[in-house]
Amino acid sequence: MDELVNVVDWSRLQFALTAIVHWLFVPLTIGLSLIVGIMETVYYRTRNEKWRRITKFWMTLFGINFACGVATGLILEFEFGTNWSNYSWFVGDIFGAPLAIEGIVAFFLESTFIAVMFFGWKRVSPRFHLAATWLTAVGVMLSALWILVANAWMQYPAGMEFDPDQMRNVMVSFSDVVFSPVAINKFFHTVLSGWVLGAVFVVGVSCWLLVRKRNREFALKSIKVAGGVGLAGIILTIWTGDGSAVQVAKYQPMKLAAMEGLYSGQEGQSLVAFGIVNTDKRPLDDKKALYAEISIPKGLSLLARHDLDAFVPGIDDLIRGYAVNEAGDTVYKDVSYARRIEMGRDAQTALYDYGVAREAGDSTAMDSSLRIVKENFRYFGYGYLSAPEDAVPPVALSFYSFRVMVMAGGYLLLFFFVVAWASWRRKVNLLDNKWFCALGLLTIPVVWICSEAGWILAEVGRQPWTIEGLLPVNAAISSISAGSVQTTFWIFVVIFTALLAAEISIMVRHIRRKAESDLFYGPEK
Amino acid sequence: MSTISQLPHRIIRFYADGFRSMTIGRKLWAVIIIKLIVIFGILKLFFFPDLLASRYDNDADRADAVRESLTRRAITR
Repeated sequence: MDELVNVVDWSRLQFALTAIVHWLFVPLTIGLSLIVGIMETVYYRTRNEKWRRITKFWMTLFGINFACGVATGLILEFEFGTNWSNYSWFVGDIFGAPLAIEGIVAFFLESTFIAVMFFGWKRVSPRFHLAATWLTAVGVMLSALWILVANAWMQYPAGMEFDPDQMRNVMVSFSDVVFSPVAINKFFHTVLSGWVLGAVFVVGVSCWLLVRKRNREFALKSIKVAGGVGLAGIILTIWTGDGSAVQVAKYQPMKLAAMEGLYSGQEGQSLVAFGIVNTDKRPLDDKKALYAEISIPKGLSLLARHDLDAFVPGIDDLIRGYAVNEAGDTVYKDVSYARRIEMGRDAQTALYDYGVAREAGDSTAMDSSLRIVKENFRYFGYGYLSAPEDAVPPVALSFYSFRVMVMAGGYLLLFFFVVAWASWRRKVNLLDNKWFCALGLLTIPVVWICSEAGWILAEVGRQPWTIEGLLPVNAAISSISAGSVQTTFWIFVVIFTALLAAEISIMVRHIRRKAESDLFYGPEK
Repeated sequence: MSTISQLPHRIIRFYADGFRSMTIGRKLWAVIIIKLIVIFGILKLFFFPDLLASRYDNDADRADAVRESLTRRAITR
């Protein structure tokens, strides 16, 4: 058992490390591809040479980031096959199809048009070059779409049927998988957050140019574009974030309860603005969940259900499968977690019996077992849990990552209001202020922390599941030793650190070198 | 016809000229190539085998292995 816990924990840690590093590069690629597209469009329409120079500068930074980030996602796929082989098999073509499409799209669209973007300035017409730049941006976003479809399916498995002969889920509706409400919302929320990140990067680097008192016009023009993209991006990200909250409340209520540290829900449930999680608190005990709590009245009901008086179930309510209000009315009712565990175990036993009957060629027993599997399959994964409490995600990490994301997002909204106002209303005095420029530069790490916190919330909040309700991490894991995972974990630490250092070094040196010259009239090479 | 037959040659020249004129791009290609060698030549080869593909010959055996793994608790319960 200890060995299993070890393997699960190390494999999760390794996957988290790889995903976090991969996600350092991806949103910047998404955001910069759009911003470069807008800049080149301005150049195409005005034929102003300055805009061509601006486009080329940010395009090169896009290229550096793309080159350093490319293929880091492949390692995640290796980990599926080695560390998570049960999971890889169980998800079947549902996960494989979007990833295969992503690979094809990424390879053909991005690699073809990126080459035109970088090599084609003097070789193709301006119109064709602009099309290549936009198609690269579209390719980048389409790549993200397929990955996010696969991830959304893990949060909300739809459009599939379990095949007990193949022991895997089979896609029965491609459109249900691709157009599931979770997939659509996740795609927009994630891609839009990439716009924000790209915009912060452009504003931050431009602020650095302003602090250095070089290339002022270049920096101001860049900020003008990034300010608009950032403001639009953050408003839309918050809007789609609201959509995410509604979906989490609907499809993953335990995740919502954990990210709020909510154990006993109420009608007109408040939203915690600030609080310290009591890590000794366990489900169904009487201990206090949060210390120093400051709440917004009825905020969670509004956020989760768009209804000020709606009931939002807490962890204890979900485990019990019901909740009663002060008047004695039942305000929530669902299958209790103890019952889900029983049903999951019935499905697993029936699945085993199905295998035995199949080997014996007993079709009557096969039919009987299959009926039980199908009846209980919805709660298949609960059969792996020892107790209902095992279905509760890590509350503290979910709670804090949510607040980091929201607070950083709120700051970014304010930041882009000011940046957009200053750049578009020509209040350039503010942008020439060295303290404001320092703030712009310091916002670069903030947006990355915000973005990573969002993913930590999404993935940690889904625990203990790899696939919500169907397969927990302790069943998804391969039969491998913890030692082998530890070895590769430390190899990754070394590789990723080197890679990150290489990227930051190449990018910073490129920016510094370029900033020494006149970015409008200096030599282009 | 001649335009179509020249297309592969033009594409090759497009890429060759592009690579030749790169400055920072050479450093980036070095990063990409080193990374791909590490990922495919070392990590994939020595540390990340596809367990089910390497241990079992066909999909039926793989399905049985996963069934055994996922229903083991049902047997021992």
